[in-house]
Amino acid sequence: MSRAADAAATPAPATTADPKRRGAAERGRGRQPKPPLSERARSERRLGIMLAAPAFVVMMAVTVYPILQAFYDSLFSYRLTAPDEREFIGLANYGVLFTDPVFWRDLGVTVLITVVTVAVELVLGFLLALVMHNAVRSLRGLLRTAILVPYGTITVVSAFAWFFAFDINTGFVNSWLPLVEDSFNWFGSAAPALAVIMISEIWKTTPFISLLLLSGLAQVPGELTEAARVDGGTRWEVMRRVVLPNMKAAIMVAVLFRALDAFRIFDNVFIMTNGAYGTEVLSLLAYRTSIGRLEIGMGSAISVVLFLCVIGIAVIAIRGFKVDLTSSGKGS
Amino acid sequence: MSDPARSPAPLPLRAPAAPRGRGPLNRLLAAGAALMLAATLASCGSADSGPVELTWYINPDNGGQTRIAQECTDEAGGEYTITTSLLPRDAASQREQLARRLAAGDRSLDIMSLDPPYIPELAEPGFLAPVPDEVADATTQDVVDGALEGATWKDELVSVPFWANTQLLWYRESVAEEAGLDMSEPVTWDQLIEAVQSTDTDLGIHGIRAESMTVWLNSLYESQGQPIIENPEAPAEETQLALESEAGAEASRIIGMIGSEGLAGPGATTQDENVAMAQFQGDRGAFMVNWPFVYTATQTSVDQGSVDPEVLEDMRWTTYPRVAEDQESAPPLGGINLGVGASSEHPDLAYAAIQCIVDPAKQAEYFISDGNPPSSTVAYDDPQVQEAFPMAPEIRESLERAVPRPQTPYYNEVSLGIQQHWTPIADVGEATPAESQEFIQSVLRGEALL
Repeated sequence: MSRAADAAATPAPATTADPKRRGAAERGRGRQPKPPLSERARSERRLGIMLAAPAFVVMMAVTVYPILQAFYDSLFSYRLTAPDEREFIGLANYGVLFTDPVFWRDLGVTVLITVVTVAVELVLGFLLALVMHNAVRSLRGLLRTAILVPYGTITVVSAFAWFFAFDINTGFVNSWLPLVEDSFNWFGSAAPALAVIMISEIWKTTPFISLLLLSGLAQVPGELTEAARVDGGTRWEVMRRVVLPNMKAAIMVAVLFRALDAFRIFDNVFIMTNGAYGTEVLSLLAYRTSIGRLEIGMGSAISVVLFLCVIGIAVIAIRGFKVDLTSSGKGS
Repeated sequence: MSDPARSPAPLPLRAPAAPRGRGPLNRLLAAGAALMLAATLASCGSADSGPVELTWYINPDNGGQTRIAQECTDEAGGEYTITTSLLPRDAASQREQLARRLAAGDRSLDIMSLDPPYIPELAEPGFLAPVPDEVADATTQDVVDGALEGATWKDELVSVPFWANTQLLWYRESVAEEAGLDMSEPVTWDQLIEAVQSTDTDLGIHGIRAESMTVWLNSLYESQGQPIIENPEAPAEETQLALESEAGAEASRIIGMIGSEGLAGPGATTQDENVAMAQFQGDRGAFMVNWPFVYTATQTSVDQGSVDPEVLEDMRWTTYPRVAEDQESAPPLGGINLGVGASSEHPDLAYAAIQCIVDPAKQAEYFISDGNPPSSTVAYDDPQVQEAFPMAPEIRESLERAVPRPQTPYYNEVSLGIQQHWTPIADVGEATPAESQEFIQSVLRGEALL
């Protein structure tokens, strides 16, 4: 407990503009002369450890252990149906992986899906958030529920729905679209197939981003926008100079959480094309290698690389998040 | 916890707990032990009472396997009961599940419905319990050649043929007449291509990136007497493919022409067996290679009113098309064999049950109820079968000529490699055989990703 308070106190408290953080820092300083610990503090700490330990052990067992096991397995040429031929090959699996065009193509597709979907979702999500924020109070609840429906749909179900809508045999979309021939096969080549996959992904997860942005909008102090408007700022100027800078943190969180999510896309691709015709993504490659081909060694190597990519995005997320928090604090 | 209002709480909680030391832990351990004891007792109880329960993992069908399981349970006279458990819909997912469970030593895998191409992969590491000699003798009499070949690995019977499948050439009589094709004689792929071109209709093939593509390609090779793999029993690195060959040039010419000329319709790249059937039932339907299920399925659709009865009246069949005019075709082989898991606790009873399941009378019954053709030649003599399936003689003839897909423990890699390079069919050209051969061999050597 007191350690956490100390940690909060370390970054020069005087520069912290956020009133909550300042409060925490002062409380921490108040308790600073800590040794010797009282009997109560010690027993409290012991209770804390006892309460936290089971969860910690379970977390270790279900996350750290499999990750280490996957890394260990990735050093072997190991096929589940040929257990006797298991052989230590060092980093050779990674060598094959990084020199193989399939891996780079799949990585490219994954990054493309991540960038496009997150960018479009951000714009759409922001518009939806504005609508929800400015809606008449009586409509707000209904609106929020309506916007959240896609996010509540199970991904596999929504993937099937989109697949059947666009599929050449069961689909009806071709007859709706003016410039598309009835015989156009959406899933017959990479570009249209990826387009459908991304539209379905955007449809499904935009509500998530808009909810995060809505909370950001709600945090923008009303007196600031009011003051800006009194000073003669146009609607656009208020948005650009006051609202957006004040919700930078929310935007960062939304973008990076969604990027993490989008990078691991699996369901939509699996259902709609199963990776055919250049639509394969990294998680599908990992699945097909370890579950489909039963190549535990190579599959583990792909999973490890996928995991490192996700860690990379997470690190950027955490860094970006921190920087932004302090800067937005200064801004206000 | 930092909330001052709550700080007194931990003290009274701690005080009485202190003298008991590791009280909560002990209690937890005791509870765990009690649970384990209860579980052990429960499992003992079920093992001692009544007949042995065998689990049969079945592929989805119209309920025929479940009915046979019940019949064999009744016939066993209390020795065993058979419970069925459903596997995923497509063969590749069935393989995935079974291979994982077998590798993990799952003891519940008493009887399994296995797709023949994946049998070597499971037989090679010893995942299948050996077939007792007397069972092998009893279940391999009067079995069509193709099915027997598919049940064997390294000259040993490793599974028991249950039903065998093959594809026929289905056609609309009116279209064949219009094209001037004599369907009483065997036809070639080139003749079919010409016929759909001249009548502006669609040729039903399976161009989707899936197992059906390998099925088609294998038949095109085998119809020219050329197996896809030269040495199927070799280790992965030494496996020598024969995709790049004269037969390959001919196969790529046929597939490429159907693809690039759009002869299979606009949906060719995503067309599987069911979609091909729907196309055949439509206005542009003409010729189609497909499994016999299309006949019962079309009958059902007509009964339900979703397909015009004229389609059924116009529907005819003959054996699989040839590649060369003067060489008999090698139709695809499918079906289901029954295997017993090596970790099964009751392999003897499982094989006894299998003997009951593959009884020719039951195979005939299964054919009538589910449309899946028997592997036993005797079953085709059943008058009921001949009445329900007028094409039974053609199916039997095809099964005798059918050639299994490459029998290798690395079938999955070979098949996926073929699927990746031979689809979309519009892009198949002269270079395809050599490219796919090169690719699959480097995958087998562990030098490329699939």
